[in-house]
Amino acid sequence: MSTTEAPRRRRRGGRAGQGSWWAGAPGLVFLIALVLAPLVIIVIYSFLNRAKLGVGVKWTFTVQPYVELFYSESLSGEKSFDPVYLQILLNSALYSLVTALVCLALSVPIAIWIATRPARWRTALVFLVTIPFWTSLLIRTYAWVIILNDNGPINGALTGVGLLQQPIPMLYTPFATTVGLVYSFLPFMILPIYASAERFDFRLAEAAYDLGATRLTVLWRIVMPAIRPGVIAGLILVFIPALGSYLAPELLGGGKTSMIANVIAAQFGASRNWPLGAALSVMVLVITMLVLVAFAVVTRRSSRDGNRQQLESFL
Amino acid sequence: MSRARGTGESLKNFPLFGLVSALVFAFLYVPLVFVVGYSFNSNRVVTIWKGFSLDWYVDVLTNDDIQRALMNSLRVAVVATILSVVLATGLAIGLLRMARSGRTFAWSLIMAPLIIPEIVFAIGTLALFVQVRFPLGVEAITLAHTAFCIPFALLPIRARLRGVDLAVYEAAADLGAHEWTIFRRITLPLLMPGIVAGALLAFIISLDDFLVSYFLAGAGGTTLPVYIFGMIRNAITPGVNALSTLLLLASVIIVTLSYIITRRKR
Repeated sequence: MSTTEAPRRRRRGGRAGQGSWWAGAPGLVFLIALVLAPLVIIVIYSFLNRAKLGVGVKWTFTVQPYVELFYSESLSGEKSFDPVYLQILLNSALYSLVTALVCLALSVPIAIWIATRPARWRTALVFLVTIPFWTSLLIRTYAWVIILNDNGPINGALTGVGLLQQPIPMLYTPFATTVGLVYSFLPFMILPIYASAERFDFRLAEAAYDLGATRLTVLWRIVMPAIRPGVIAGLILVFIPALGSYLAPELLGGGKTSMIANVIAAQFGASRNWPLGAALSVMVLVITMLVLVAFAVVTRRSSRDGNRQQLESFL
Repeated sequence: MSRARGTGESLKNFPLFGLVSALVFAFLYVPLVFVVGYSFNSNRVVTIWKGFSLDWYVDVLTNDDIQRALMNSLRVAVVATILSVVLATGLAIGLLRMARSGRTFAWSLIMAPLIIPEIVFAIGTLALFVQVRFPLGVEAITLAHTAFCIPFALLPIRARLRGVDLAVYEAAADLGAHEWTIFRRITLPLLMPGIVAGALLAFIISLDDFLVSYFLAGAGGTTLPVYIFGMIRNAITPGVNALSTLLLLASVIIVTLSYIITRRKR
């Protein structure tokens, strides 16, 4: 090891005293054991039989967990096409998509607004956006249990003023789940869009006004293209964690709006079907990867577009 | 004329944005205000206000189960913070010296816990610990927390390391200092603000975690968030709010400290 190490160091212009890659070795070993190994185990478990009783798996190969995604077996052993788990997966993806779009609609105005404040205000405002991210997700979700409650402040105010005779049931609805998801992940959308907007030279927008463009045109043709990288990053950063959300559907959706994380949790809990839970997790991982790959493709294309636009502006 | 002054003026061109921004800030903070406000409600029913009282705080702070959960949370957070900061400092230094392919691999491993949906990480670590017969509980939670605290600890340390003037090392080496002396006397003090900021972030991330702890708690590993989840499931009283308020306060104080440290030392 030491013989190969020495020339490499010299080649990389290594100066004495800056340490070597060995400093990272304990961290790497730890991460292989606690991040890589769990993922590998999940993939392996998804191809095993469930344990007869209780916790765990039986070490015999099968594709049964993946079959269960499409077919259900009746008591008499007949299989029928019944993609109930795929349906939940699709539902979760829809929830995540709606969440990402609502976050987008809320984030573009606030990101641009913060970016157009004087520099000394901006840091403080961004800090205000990040604080909720650093507070417990459980408590932030619980906050909406209080607010959307039948006796909660919204229903209380509406019935108090006499606008409502009876409280509107809001808690334990898809609406509550969506609100909770938006609330959970909104900072992930605001921050990347702000990062793009901050780099944008707003004098360009003014130049466009001076040349007679309308507000909407300026927003759509000048500002939006400039913040597009932030928008795309934000969509990914909201969609992926929303897809694996457990707390919002659990506490706000009641039993009615299960998302895939709740089903996975149930397989590792009461239902005691670890291989099926593992197979569902693998599906979540596959979707996550597909989204990331799509992201890589889109950003490459958009930066090429950006280059082309820059070229055109020079001509 | 004033238009040429720039950024401030272009706001007037997007008149609704200020209003929407105010509403978004309200959306971010009003729910937390309700959590805190109702923690002072003397009524058993959280959302029906009866009168001001601090009884729920007394109630919560003198509860044995809650004290045990708090101790578990602190044990996990302190040990996970120390472990993740030590490993992250090594990683930050090591990353600079790694070949390109190694760095890509290391970087994706470090960032993976932030990208993998948390439920998958939670059941993955559960399956791992059950498979290798490592008992569930405080130690298992601590190890899993360390893994997802590493990226949070790493980022401020790495930012700090990048700002270090390489000539400092050269000078030390020219003067005959050994690697370990250089690390202890030069690198470590220079990195310290980054390390403290990283440690604070790792600490809150661990303290606030629910899902991973929930799956790895076993019989005796109930942490504070896991306990609060149980309370929410059973019967919601202002006690939940009192406990939540304390946890919120801890998060806000710690993140503000971390923010001040990173900004001042630049």
